[in-house]
Amino acid sequence: MAELTVIRSAAEEAILSRFPDFNATQSSWGGAPVARQRQQAFETLKAKGLPTRRVEDWKYTDLRAFMRDLPPIADAPSRAEVEAAAKQTTPLDLANAYRVLFVNGRDVSTGKTEGFGWYRLANGDALPPAVTRALERERAYADNAAVALNTAFMNDVTILHVPAGTALERPLHLIFRNTGNAPQASFTRVLVVVEAGASVTLVETHDGPAGVAYQSNTLVEIDAGDGARIDHIRSNNAGNAALALSTLGAQVGRDARLSSFSMNTGGAMSRHQIFVAFNGKGSELALQGASLLRGRQHADTTMEIDHVVGHCIGRELFKSVLDNESRAVFQGKIIVRPDAQKTDGKMASHALLLSEEAEADHKPELEIFADDVVCGHGATAGALDDELLFYLKARGIPQKEAEALMIEAFIGETVESVNDETLREALMAQTREWLASRS
Amino acid sequence: MSLLEVKNLHVEIDGKKILNGLDLTVEKGQVHAIMGPNGSGKSTLSYVLAGKDEYDVTEGDILFDGESVLGMEPDERAAKGLFLAFQYPIEIPGVATMTFLRTAVNAQRKARGEDELSTPEFMKKVRDTAGKLEINQEMLKRAVNVGFSGGEKKRNEILQMAMLEPRLAVLDETDSGLDIDALKIVSDGVNRLRSPERSFVVITHYQRLLDYIVPDVVHVLSRGRIVRTGGKELALELEEKGYAQYVGEAA
Repeated sequence: MAELTVIRSAAEEAILSRFPDFNATQSSWGGAPVARQRQQAFETLKAKGLPTRRVEDWKYTDLRAFMRDLPPIADAPSRAEVEAAAKQTTPLDLANAYRVLFVNGRDVSTGKTEGFGWYRLANGDALPPAVTRALERERAYADNAAVALNTAFMNDVTILHVPAGTALERPLHLIFRNTGNAPQASFTRVLVVVEAGASVTLVETHDGPAGVAYQSNTLVEIDAGDGARIDHIRSNNAGNAALALSTLGAQVGRDARLSSFSMNTGGAMSRHQIFVAFNGKGSELALQGASLLRGRQHADTTMEIDHVVGHCIGRELFKSVLDNESRAVFQGKIIVRPDAQKTDGKMASHALLLSEEAEADHKPELEIFADDVVCGHGATAGALDDELLFYLKARGIPQKEAEALMIEAFIGETVESVNDETLREALMAQTREWLASRS
Repeated sequence: MSLLEVKNLHVEIDGKKILNGLDLTVEKGQVHAIMGPNGSGKSTLSYVLAGKDEYDVTEGDILFDGESVLGMEPDERAAKGLFLAFQYPIEIPGVATMTFLRTAVNAQRKARGEDELSTPEFMKKVRDTAGKLEINQEMLKRAVNVGFSGGEKKRNEILQMAMLEPRLAVLDETDSGLDIDALKIVSDGVNRLRSPERSFVVITHYQRLLDYIVPDVVHVLSRGRIVRTGGKELALELEEKGYAQYVGEAA
């Protein structure tokens, strides 16, 4: 058989050519495990390249086509940049939150911690045993292209540790901020370990300058111990020219509860991936999200819920509102392993199309290997209901306002899952702001 | 000037003629009842007055306060004081009744160049009005018409009417699906709003409603036209003799 010549894209060439230099600058932080992971990630990228639509997981989001090039990897920000970045607000600011600020992929947070531990792997901090165990876990998603990129080019791992039995009153707020007028690539990794019986609210926001084709890639991993309670609320407000890849990887212990809500309005192209593994019985997962898109925005939400053990409940509800020529992709896979009897999984995705040119792609997948389970999924796509609009207009509410009311109600159904009232209101305010700026 | 003048109205939907030269004039302060057999065009008339867009007006005009409303959107007509109580009120998931009422009241005020109602003013008015219609606070917090019984939906229509204070209210079979108690509550709600400045067009299949909302004028609609007009006694005659004699007319 003839030798095939692989034609690499500019981005793929850049990944291969820049990795050795990047690798050389990383000294030996994290020791042999990190060096090994980094090398494996690089080998994966080298062998597979960036995924195209011919790769099933990327069927509707051709990363190779979207990621034309790899801009320079961001350097550590200057003091002035950090100071300026620290002053900016986010839609989900809470007065009492403990802020962990990342600027262009670097953890620049300072300040004392109360009730939880904050570590940086690159500092060689001594780590609690639960953190070490979490770091050493096998990751089913290690070969995923976005994750492999993150692993190959990560400059640190920020670790937040909530000790056993601690009910953390102050929310932790991860702020992923990109700055600068020139396109840069940033890679950020965070591990949140919530030990047995502990609880925490974790807020996550992403933002960056408009009009700059920067690339951000974040991986947030959550390790939920037995009986842990975690409320995770994120908002993507990446700049309108940005390519934003984000991944949530969660390991859930026994009798734990993890909820994650994601609001998505930013980026020219975004992909939010969620990988959850149920490792202990009796746990609950609630994943919800809303995307509000316009122009030519492309937003992909892809998740894989792995019921390794039985007796767990999973609920997923995602909605998208699509104006102009925007496109939303939803891929949701529920895996029920042979031993995962009594699994209860329900997944739904709904798209509201506000224009003839908008597109929604839903791909729900169930892979069930156990015989005593309840699993289902549903997907819809449609326009605003004319009968409803007429009713509202007949009461004197003008077209645009009537549409806004209906869209707000549509999104509201997902937002109401958020426990914190201030955050719920902030997410609805973000929705209203998006509606107010509709042309 | 008459408040409402419908002149030689011809209406089609999907190429099918429903109204064939309907004439109707309603003066300020009057209550007109429109009765007629099923399929005579009663609901079409109500939708065309409110401005539903799948109905094509092929001939004639609708003047409200001397001004043609045919080129107006439903919300513009509403702001001018036209109200339609729906035969089948729509459920609006996710929109609280209170929010809906407030949005509607203020949108109309804004369109008329009036100031928005303050929160205390609005709340007081809703509470007073809802109370008289036996609509409790819990219902006001629920999404519009979602999970409401048939009677509750109709009372909610009357609540909206009372809050919006229209100059002309068209009630489309508001009595359908109501038991006698609910019918009384709804009728009382309508009667409280009767005034020399406000007119009503009450569309109904049965005479029963007109025992409670006593009309000044009764019309019989058949095959898309008014075929007979009389006083309130006409309703009683229809109740006794039925619509059989009108079904064949105006063909």
